[in-house]
Amino acid sequence: MADPTKRSDENGREPSSSDDANLSARLRSLDARIDRASAHHEVKESSARPTSDSSALGQAFRLSAEFVSGVAAGGIVGWLVDRLFGTSPWGLIICLILGFCAGMLNLMRAAGMLKSARHDEKR
Amino acid sequence: MASPIEQFQIKPIIPVINFTNSSLFMIGATAVIVGGLLLATRNRAVVPGRAQSVAEMLHDFVANTLTDATGREGMKFFPLVFSLFMFVLTANLLGMIPGFFTVTSHIIVTFALAMLVIGTVVIYGFAKHGTHFLGLFVPSGVPAWLLPFIVVIELISFLSRPISLSLRLFANMLAGHIALKVFAGFVVSLLAAGGALTILAPLPLLMAVALMALEFLVAALQAYVFTVLTCIYLNDALHPGH
Repeated sequence: MADPTKRSDENGREPSSSDDANLSARLRSLDARIDRASAHHEVKESSARPTSDSSALGQAFRLSAEFVSGVAAGGIVGWLVDRLFGTSPWGLIICLILGFCAGMLNLMRAAGMLKSARHDEKR
Repeated sequence: MASPIEQFQIKPIIPVINFTNSSLFMIGATAVIVGGLLLATRNRAVVPGRAQSVAEMLHDFVANTLTDATGREGMKFFPLVFSLFMFVLTANLLGMIPGFFTVTSHIIVTFALAMLVIGTVVIYGFAKHGTHFLGLFVPSGVPAWLLPFIVVIELISFLSRPISLSLRLFANMLAGHIALKVFAGFVVSLLAAGGALTILAPLPLLMAVALMALEFLVAALQAYVFTVLTCIYLNDALHPGH
């Protein structure tokens, strides 16, 4: 706050010939300050992400939930297939295996090992 | 000593209409959110006061998360995502107050929230894109003979989403609260044991204090994770596969 008032004081003393140059200089310095501020903001945001990820317990819970839910979903689907079509126990067996695969897929997606093109392209 | 899982017991308060302590705390969480936000935005000013800037920060935080994941057009889901975030966060934090009931430690509650999200994704996806939404299950660049397997696996993976979404929140809250209770129980039993064991009693107390801090982190983090995953799933409804 102190800087601009100081400059306007200087303006008042000097004749108006340098007013435009002064104004553009101040605009430029303001732009630079905005850039710096937004860069700072971005840095803060990107540094916030690793800290929230680095909580290892949270990571473990996240990944295990991904995997377990895949197997559970496969199991539920298999059980429903068996109930509807009377194919017991084959539906459950096959769908559990497929659920295991789906759980692995979930796990790799969550861990970021499988950069799904779908999510990235459409950003 | 009380059992560590006794805290999750659902007790009827008004049995006639099935009003339980769970219902009470759900209504409580909603009341805290609505009341708090109304109070914070009562004296709206261009230069926000303390309460108003908290409300604005919450809004901007959720809006940024949503637009990061789904782009500008995702903002039409803002009311849903903001309500979910605030409800989960408030319910988690209310549960941290000793003696209070944690709504999100019951899987049926978190599953209902997850089904709300997935239901929105499915209905909006089909309404907006029709059968093109099914392209979500057909990844590009897969050999034809492998495609049936991949489609079934992708389908099961999609069906597992509400389960993983609900399981994660539920398991975190359940495990955290049980761990807190167990360590607190150790303090009591060590004190009761007498003799040399009494000297050890402060150790689990320190652990309980540390766990309490961790639980606050988990409560906020899980609300955030729930919100982020909601945004990612909504992104699928807005932009299904190729």
